[in-house]
Amino acid sequence: MTYEELLTEIARANEQVVVMTAENRALVRNLPLILGKRFIDTGITEQTLVGAAAGLALRGRIPVVHALASFLTMRAFEFVRTDAGIPNLPIKLSGFIPGFLSDANGPTHQAIEDVALMRGIPNMTVFAPADEDDLVKMLPHIWQSPSPAYTRINTRKTDYIHADFEPGKAEVISEGEDITILTYGLLFEQALIATEILRAEGLSVGLVNMRSLKPVDEQAILKASKSNLLVTLEDHFLTGGLYTIVAEVLLKNQQTATVLPIALNERWFRPALLPAVLAYEGFTGKQIAEKILGYQTQHKQPTILSSQFAE
Amino acid sequence: MNKQELEKIALNVREHIVRLSTDGGCFTGASLSAVDLIVYLYTNFLNINAHNLKDENRDYLFLSKGHDVPALYGTLAELGILEKERLANHLTTNDHIYWHPNTHIPGIEFHSGSLGHLPSVALGVAMDIKMRKGSNKVICILGDGELNEGSCWEAILVANAYELDNLLFVIDRNQFQANVRTEELIPLEPLHNKFTAFGAAVSRINGHDFDELHKAFSRFPFSKGRLNVLIADTIRGKGLPSIQERADRWFCNFSAGEVEQLLEELHGNNKTELTSETLIVR
Repeated sequence: MTYEELLTEIARANEQVVVMTAENRALVRNLPLILGKRFIDTGITEQTLVGAAAGLALRGRIPVVHALASFLTMRAFEFVRTDAGIPNLPIKLSGFIPGFLSDANGPTHQAIEDVALMRGIPNMTVFAPADEDDLVKMLPHIWQSPSPAYTRINTRKTDYIHADFEPGKAEVISEGEDITILTYGLLFEQALIATEILRAEGLSVGLVNMRSLKPVDEQAILKASKSNLLVTLEDHFLTGGLYTIVAEVLLKNQQTATVLPIALNERWFRPALLPAVLAYEGFTGKQIAEKILGYQTQHKQPTILSSQFAE
Repeated sequence: MNKQELEKIALNVREHIVRLSTDGGCFTGASLSAVDLIVYLYTNFLNINAHNLKDENRDYLFLSKGHDVPALYGTLAELGILEKERLANHLTTNDHIYWHPNTHIPGIEFHSGSLGHLPSVALGVAMDIKMRKGSNKVICILGDGELNEGSCWEAILVANAYELDNLLFVIDRNQFQANVRTEELIPLEPLHNKFTAFGAAVSRINGHDFDELHKAFSRFPFSKGRLNVLIADTIRGKGLPSIQERADRWFCNFSAGEVEQLLEELHGNNKTELTSETLIVR
């Protein structure tokens, strides 16, 4: 099932659902015809988009709101905080091309502080699916909840079949004594490769798909911290994302751990097509494994496919 | 520069755009509408050349509609400001030639890509020039869809309050947002009246006619003590009938074979049969 098929099904079943966009139609192309007046395109106006969503939510609607992640979380930030956060309205933000998925667009389009911004808003919930299968398993729960929500939309197709979703719960893929990798979003694909390489080097490796970043699965983080090395892997600034979340959870529980953060430290990434970005920035599975090991291996990096919508 | 020379450069720039529309692609249609405008400005109006890019008395061009940057890459390459060979590095990590403008490219004053930012940046530059009693001109090119963003209108209000007649907003009025016609989504017309009501001095011309462009820019400033606005009526995809004015051909990623055919089409030969996937992103 695709994002658009799922949204169509849910909007058909629930008259309260309205689909909104700031002229970002990449994944909702057929909805104007299907939903008629329940499809609202405000043009290139992210602030008005979110403000209007609040007005619609005041009248009992559940707005599913689409824009590029960078403009939705940054340009409309105060509208999200003030008009969705303060009144705790069920506005469902769908941020497109978050993180590395903005490939060759450049820094203006790089949403790599979105997790930090959104999780800082009281009442807001934050989710980051690993791929399309994860996305469609998560969204029905996110859209059913009475809370405002921000989802890092990721429609990459992988062969991985995810476990059912429960808000506030991570998906523990495996446990390991030597290393546990905590990750979210499209880097899950690369973390799987890294895990295989590390195992081939004789290590016991755990992997956790965090998927629900707020509320976060504290138990999964505390359990992972028992490994000799905890790795946080994310296409986000080092500040405010998963590394920060892990630090907060450990401190709160008076725990300590050896943590290797892999993130973008105080910089934007080099714009190019996605496979080239990952290689240049050191985020391919093989590069991640080698960063963890501290030496080069003979393993091969599988080909990374470009995104379907030039996302 | 005479009309024939201008047409030759504009054709070369369009060829660059077509060649950039593959192996990942670019915003082809939106770039083609701005070509004649950008070529005219650099060759006949702006005091900008390869040797004065850092001179404080140079003129400034801000491309707020950043996704049409292939038109600017092409123009800068034709004028010897950007090395032509660098265009081959499009979308790779070997260079900084990607879907939106950035200052690693000589001649680009400021990065853009998020719409509605550069009207206010250009405004700040124009304010400083006034404070220092300079005579440099400041141009900001905006897309018509971009005018949806409220920040554009804030900049117009402030520019008038500060009587910035050294500042000119040029609207590439190609009638399209990313996916739809502007008048079918968030209507802009009567656009001339909207700017006038905000206090600006407005002129409206055919943005592909070099005579009209020449006439309009020769009259700059259109009025003293006010922001100047030029609405340039253009055609999205201008030069390529097979994508011209097609809502679904905003971002194009053509096959190598299609590029060859489109280059022929650009020279007035046969129309291209396009089969490549249609992409919609922003």
